[in-house]
Amino acid sequence: MAVELMKGNVALAEAAIRAGVEAYFGYPITPQTELLEHMAKRMPELGRAFVQAESEVAAINMVYGAACAGARTMTSSSSPGISLMQEGFSYIAGSEVPAVIVDVMRGGPGLGNIQPSQADYFQVTRSAGHGDYHPIVLAPASVQEAIDLMGLAFDLADQYRHLVFVVADGLIGQMMEPAEMPPMQPLRQERPDWALTGAEGREVNTIASLELHAEGLEAVNLRLQAKLETIRAAEQRSTEILTEDANLIVVGYGTAGRIAQTAVLQARQQGLKVGLLRPISLWPFPEERLSELSDRVQAFLVVEMNAGQMVDDVRLASGGQVPVRFYGRMGGMVPVPEEILHEIVTVYEKLITSGV
Amino acid sequence: MATATMVEEQVVYQRPEALNDIPTHYCPGCTHGIAHRLIAEVLDELGVRERTIGVSPVGCAAFAYQYFNTDGAEAAHGRAPAMATGIKRVLPNRVVFTYQGDGDLAAIGTAEIIHAAMRGEKITTIFINNAIYGMTGGQMAPTTLAHQRTTSSPTGRDVALTGFPIRMSELLAQLPGAVYVVRRSLHNVKEIMKAKQAIRVAFEAQINGLGFAMVELLSTCPTGWKLTPPEAMEWLEQEMLPYYPLGDYKVADDVAPLLKKRR
Ligand SMILES: Cc1ncc(C[n+]2csc(CCOP(=O)(O)OP(=O)(O)O)c2C)c(N)n1
Repeated sequence: MAVELMKGNVALAEAAIRAGVEAYFGYPITPQTELLEHMAKRMPELGRAFVQAESEVAAINMVYGAACAGARTMTSSSSPGISLMQEGFSYIAGSEVPAVIVDVMRGGPGLGNIQPSQADYFQVTRSAGHGDYHPIVLAPASVQEAIDLMGLAFDLADQYRHLVFVVADGLIGQMMEPAEMPPMQPLRQERPDWALTGAEGREVNTIASLELHAEGLEAVNLRLQAKLETIRAAEQRSTEILTEDANLIVVGYGTAGRIAQTAVLQARQQGLKVGLLRPISLWPFPEERLSELSDRVQAFLVVEMNAGQMVDDVRLASGGQVPVRFYGRMGGMVPVPEEILHEIVTVYEKLITSGV
Repeated sequence: MATATMVEEQVVYQRPEALNDIPTHYCPGCTHGIAHRLIAEVLDELGVRERTIGVSPVGCAAFAYQYFNTDGAEAAHGRAPAMATGIKRVLPNRVVFTYQGDGDLAAIGTAEIIHAAMRGEKITTIFINNAIYGMTGGQMAPTTLAHQRTTSSPTGRDVALTGFPIRMSELLAQLPGAVYVVRRSLHNVKEIMKAKQAIRVAFEAQINGLGFAMVELLSTCPTGWKLTPPEAMEWLEQEMLPYYPLGDYKVADDVAPLLKKRR
């Protein structure tokens, strides 16, 4: 496949198609609409299912149905629509069927605006719906990474029969970058043995998130938590630069991580020993790597496009060993490298005692 | 000594294969059980049990997926038509039905049922109208009759404040995607037989790929209505029938031949 100039939302859609998505259900909302529009054109062309639902509530429940039928299925939305989908997320997690959700976050609260934001980190990583669970959450920082993570999202969803989010922001969704698509995967021919397909020649299958007895529901929860523990141990992902000799490590994901990288390089030019850790899985949070790094750095600076959400996870993972500082912009404001650099220099001067 | 003539035993009535041999949790005199049996008989007669996926509601019939001997799912409150859409779109040659109460279908799930019908989803909906929220203990439903007492309309439904009961069959019949929409009742044997015919047509419409089909079944809720089972049957006949006339609200041209078929 050749490298092409592609818009993030379109790349996400096409990557899902290449990964063998059989059914897409969605509702228009900026800044993810191009994803839905690409699906509207491509899915029928390929003989696959596309439905523009009457609401995000309906869209996610259609996803739930298609997932129960054993299909690779997905939806996409942006913050206000994700709020409406929370009911469905919870049922999907509770009945352990695989589904992929793309959330191209925008500024909130309320209707907010359509500018890039990371204000929904808590919403997606903490549970995304009622009940006691975490979805798997993946956060790309470029169009190419969005493509790569889309394929991974479907594989993880199937492997763990779980809900997987790919979270981007308006910037990644709207930006055009050169990227390469993977080849088209054939559609899965066999349905999983647990799927609802009609009980032909076998015992019936049922899928529900309902369990009236407390002992029974506790057992369901214990099984779910055991699965999440497995995921927590096996699926932590992050990338880093210049952390080897760093005294200060900047932590940022997605667009914020990418901008922070420029700031880190600028800081290096000034002779400051600064590195970058960019979490790729937001849940499970790359706590192992962060914890290792906290043994040898003197401070962390967390950069987010919100009022400080992932910073909690950084503090938890670093176990209070080193100071954790925060810098963020809100409401759709995207930080420029210079303001992050300024923050790096300030923190460095205050907290870093040697090695300059 | 008289000689007894031995007549070979003939089975004239038995549990349908599509219904599991387990006790239901329905109250005495509730007609959910009758509705279940009719659906199961139709699935058996059409020979589609092994191709069928049922979607249960939130409401008294939440456990319907355990009672039907078919593949089944339990939807969120009101979302059965959306879930059924998801299933049917990826398994177009399976038979998919939703089973929903009036709170489920006519309140919280109004958007989902209207749009499933609008899209002409090839699914069958069995709609249980018992004029009350049974499961949560007898609150007012959108279908609760004017002046009817419920736990959330303790002095009787005041239409000036709460509006008039909603007639879903009449409403859905307006949509071109809905090809078969009828109202039947379960309050006596004659009506039960008619209800079964309608359920059969509603499944055949789906199997023939014609569009969305719904059978509304007027049903009793003796517990919620605070009546004995016989009183409940009478109440249904006297109070519900005048407001919810039985009849065929939509029979699309290509569904009409299904009505004529000999049973
Ligand atoms: C989102 C949500 N809201 C409310 C409830 C509580 N609830 C359970 S059943 C029910 C009413 C069901 O009534 P109906 O659909 O008329 O069915 P019936 O029980 O009468 O058969 C309600 C409100 C719920 N489970 N989920």
